[in-house]
Amino acid sequence: MECVDGGQTLHNSFEIKQAGDSSLLVQFRDEISPEINAAVRRLDYAFNKMNIPGIIETVPAYCSLLIIFDPLALDIEVLRQTIVDIGKSFNFSALPQPIVTTIPVCYGGSFGPDLDFVCQYTHLTKEEVIALHSERNYLIYMLGFLPGFPYLGGIDKRLTVPRLDTPRISVHSGSVGIANNQTGIYPVESPGGWRIIGRTPLNVYDPFRKPPVLFDAGNYLRFKPINAQEYESIRKQVEAGTYKLETQDVKGRAV
Amino acid sequence: MATAFEVLSPGFLTTVQDRGRLTYRRIGMPTAGALDQYSFRIANMLVGNNPLAACLETTYIGPTLRVLCNTVIALTGALCDAAINGKPMAQWKAIKVHSGDIISIGQALNGVRSYLSVACGIDVPLIMESRSTFIRGKIGGIEGRALKKGDEIGIFTSSDLEPCDSNAIPEPYKPTWSSDITLRVILGPQDNHFSENGLATFFNSTYTITEESDRMGYRLNGNGIAYVSWEAGQIISDPIPLGAVQIPPNGQPIITLMDAQTTGGYPKIATICTADLSLIAQGKPGDKVHFTAIGNDEAVKSLREQEQKISILGTMMKSHPQEDGQYFHVMVNGLPFDVWVKPE
Repeated sequence: MECVDGGQTLHNSFEIKQAGDSSLLVQFRDEISPEINAAVRRLDYAFNKMNIPGIIETVPAYCSLLIIFDPLALDIEVLRQTIVDIGKSFNFSALPQPIVTTIPVCYGGSFGPDLDFVCQYTHLTKEEVIALHSERNYLIYMLGFLPGFPYLGGIDKRLTVPRLDTPRISVHSGSVGIANNQTGIYPVESPGGWRIIGRTPLNVYDPFRKPPVLFDAGNYLRFKPINAQEYESIRKQVEAGTYKLETQDVKGRAV
Repeated sequence: MATAFEVLSPGFLTTVQDRGRLTYRRIGMPTAGALDQYSFRIANMLVGNNPLAACLETTYIGPTLRVLCNTVIALTGALCDAAINGKPMAQWKAIKVHSGDIISIGQALNGVRSYLSVACGIDVPLIMESRSTFIRGKIGGIEGRALKKGDEIGIFTSSDLEPCDSNAIPEPYKPTWSSDITLRVILGPQDNHFSENGLATFFNSTYTITEESDRMGYRLNGNGIAYVSWEAGQIISDPIPLGAVQIPPNGQPIITLMDAQTTGGYPKIATICTADLSLIAQGKPGDKVHFTAIGNDEAVKSLREQEQKISILGTMMKSHPQEDGQYFHVMVNGLPFDVWVKPE
């Protein structure tokens, strides 16, 4: 998929909506697209760089950014004006390029119990499914549903499969699933209805680690196929705290 | 560290809670934390704690605890059938307890959630700057779950000061909870997704709290609220603020609370003002709910008044240093700030 982040402006206008006495919702054009999500990322970055006292947190999503603040420390109208001013005048050339984080995945077998179903349903071989799923960058539109769960964009349409008729009571953490036109990683063990095609040995989410999640909204993930032996080896490194995460820029250069 | 309590019976749903995880919503981590922050903070103040210390939050029926060390406790929030060694226990007041005492919190009589604080606070691991239990995420509190029989609850200790039990909250500062709740809301962020009729229905109807109400959210039942069009019922998932009133396609409001998912795809007609969040959190199934629209100025004024009340109480309470720092509640240019000073 094409990674769009070259723009120096906020791409297009936004609307600022009140969301209670402690948040403002900055709403961009209402669509799921890499362009609009890149605009969310730019505003998020520019806003946080200002370190405004009274700001509690910003939460980016597909096409909106929620700004949570302490209304006793920061006046809502001052905040509103600050956001407008950033939109008009911030110099976005300082914006770092998005990062692509490599997630090693062992496909099939006991790690990916639904891979056979996916092959049957799509009339593709295992190798084809793995190649289609792994050889591309997925945009992380936002994190939600569970702590660390990435909403990814950019899956190949040929990998469109239905959810399970009956969701599993328990899906192992690190499981990589596909359903409808989406793919994702289960950050914690949880019930789930997606078709599980593999598992990563990484702890994409660890509540005791800083930061707790390996990736952030607005950046990219790339799945890299590994065999069971590599899985065990990486797993040992993860447990020992010696695993070095592979990251690159969108052009494939190591960063 | 000392062990303060052994859990003899856990109650309906008793969890360790504090102020919650305030800055992790961007990774999809709900805030968690005490649902009634006013009662929670006062529980801490009564026993001389900083207001960030962890307490027990009870739900409907509280736990029975055996005390394992001499300490000071306080019980705020819902009025309940509480006793120490079978004798009625005062609430909104610091109380000395001794090793071997039995505390039974019993059934909530007014409100739903009580807060049991203990001097120096409950000692469980700090995860993302909070000790709050988030059960769906299996983190915080005791092993990320509600208390169970046989659990032992540790507390921090301080050698600095003799725990004191002279603190008590004056009557006007003790809230009571009505079964007919009026919630003040600010319209939006998606009020434009609702028809004029839909908005009128929302503000003119009486809703009833259903059984499907918990720490994630409160589901209400009443007149269905209409969207402006069928398409307006779908939004691209966006971040949900605390207190948001979501309207799914069945038209029945869902009020978003501390354990709710951080993003969602239902339009949000309005958002409850922060000062009123504890009113709904103390509501129980069958209670009536009305919504009334207010402006931002009134919402902020109410919140400021609530903070000033807490400030005034703070000046009445004796506190003592604990953990590795000291807490101060200060007013700067009329604004309240929590300041926690700790050595590097």
